[in-house]
Amino acid sequence: MPPAAVVPRTKLAVEYWLLTYRRNWKGSLLTSFLSPILFLAAMGLGLGSLVDAEVGSGRDLGGLDYLDFLAPGLLAGNAMMLAVNESTYPVLGGFKWYRTYMAMAASPLRGRDIMLGHFTYMAFRVTLASFVFLGVMAVFGAVSSPLAVLAPICAALCGMAFATPTAAFVATRINADNFSTYTRFVIMPMFLFSGIFYPVSQLPIVLEQIAWLTPVWHGVRLCRALSTGSGVNWELAGHLAYLVALILIGTLLSARTFTRRLYE
Amino acid sequence: MSLIAAWGLTKQFGDFTAVDGIDFEVERGEVFGFLGPNGAGKSSTMRMIGCVSDPTGGALRILGMDPSREGTKIRTRLGVVPQQDNLDEELSVAENLYVYGRYFDLPRSLLRSRIAELLDFVQLTERANDHVEPLSGGMKRRLTIARALISEPEVLLLDEPTTGLDPQARHVVWERLWTLKRRGVTQVLTTHYMDEAEQLCDRLVVMDRGQIVAEGSPRQLIERYSTREVVEVRTHGQVTVMADALRRLGESPEAQTRDELYERVEELPDRVLLYTDQGERLVALLGEVEHESVLVRRSTLEDVFLHLTGRSLVD
Repeated sequence: MPPAAVVPRTKLAVEYWLLTYRRNWKGSLLTSFLSPILFLAAMGLGLGSLVDAEVGSGRDLGGLDYLDFLAPGLLAGNAMMLAVNESTYPVLGGFKWYRTYMAMAASPLRGRDIMLGHFTYMAFRVTLASFVFLGVMAVFGAVSSPLAVLAPICAALCGMAFATPTAAFVATRINADNFSTYTRFVIMPMFLFSGIFYPVSQLPIVLEQIAWLTPVWHGVRLCRALSTGSGVNWELAGHLAYLVALILIGTLLSARTFTRRLYE
Repeated sequence: MSLIAAWGLTKQFGDFTAVDGIDFEVERGEVFGFLGPNGAGKSSTMRMIGCVSDPTGGALRILGMDPSREGTKIRTRLGVVPQQDNLDEELSVAENLYVYGRYFDLPRSLLRSRIAELLDFVQLTERANDHVEPLSGGMKRRLTIARALISEPEVLLLDEPTTGLDPQARHVVWERLWTLKRRGVTQVLTTHYMDEAEQLCDRLVVMDRGQIVAEGSPRQLIERYSTREVVEVRTHGQVTVMADALRRLGESPEAQTRDELYERVEELPDRVLLYTDQGERLVALLGEVEHESVLVRRSTLEDVFLHLTGRSLVD
């Protein structure tokens, strides 16, 4: 029996992605640093000074400075953005432009190894970027609880709750025509209306209820509770369960669409 | 026992039948070819042999196994050179081989020595650490062949191995494939180049519209479906007019009987082909027919295909 038949093959697919990462980790890490620095400086400090002067760390922000309120929200939002990037063009490229998946499919790797290999790599990228984000938050003084070290994990779960269904959808696409529409009209509204920049209670009740359904709202709630140490209670288990359920559904859907595309 | 065997193998995509009930067997050590024009069903057949596409009908056995149940096991023992290169252009030449070898779970130490051997074999040792992107088409194809060999496969599948390469690069690829053949590597290839099929294949099947229309060695096929020689006659005028004149030649007193002079006449847009076993004698009689130029040549698989299907291989 060849060794490939007994070892977990997903790991072998992950090796490919890590090898490509080794080629461009510098640029990717630099982006991971720059993005939180720009956002936290401009909005946390710039806009924050105005908000704090007007609202005065009032009830609406749960007694938090604007920077402390915003930073964990951005942590989750940033993970979502990154995960969506990683699960659109690179996934279609795997089928169509670079044909990485097709090369893998000719080897002993199976459809689910190929899919899980890429998902594992996406999770690695998003987790790494989220820890960098947390580091930048700490430098800005926007972390006030030791539980914050768990926040990047939750941000990564939030990211994967987007990446897995997105990849399932992308695997059915012939070309990238709908990707920018998806980013602009599905992802961007979630970024703007899911409690990252202000509490969703500020929204009309209908929009607030819609916000509760978005995965990013759950991610934001988790990250904010862990980063500030306030509101750490059983509610968080619900948020976690919601994200994990989405990841499971997204993975099951992807298993179907990946297999159909690879072996048509 | 055959390495690969198919009975009534069929592949349908919705209403379209790409492969329409074909039978074939590939023996260990031989180079077996699927010759046919684009759209004949060659690539669909190759994908089924490569265990990345389930047959919709018939039976297929590869290395004694059923691809729909033991695809992973079979793929462990196959090497695939796809029609469209899918090398990773951002990685180096050696890294492409390395990462592909890892898909087969080959240990790093083994891969190090095997990569060196294979790069030497495909004459890319000097480019080992270069990116793939700037390599020429021929080099990329050779690298793809090396990659397919990384797991020391029992069967090498080559889908259109030299399509898109210039003549010189083709010859280098052919020469490497001959060397592999001498080493006893079983090869299954598809091609729409009759010269490639003639040069490389021990045995081949001619495919047209999803079906196998003939099977045999290149020599057997030519003997069976064509004549020893072909007289190609070109004209400035109308081909049909000349073709009629040529047909009347067979009725001239010198010819005695038509069958003796030539077997068949084929009209192509710019010339007429006369299939004959006595080319010189036929040429001597051509003075009576107005024509531009005349050429006597050996029959090729192209003539076999033309005879079997009434169409040319390359449009």
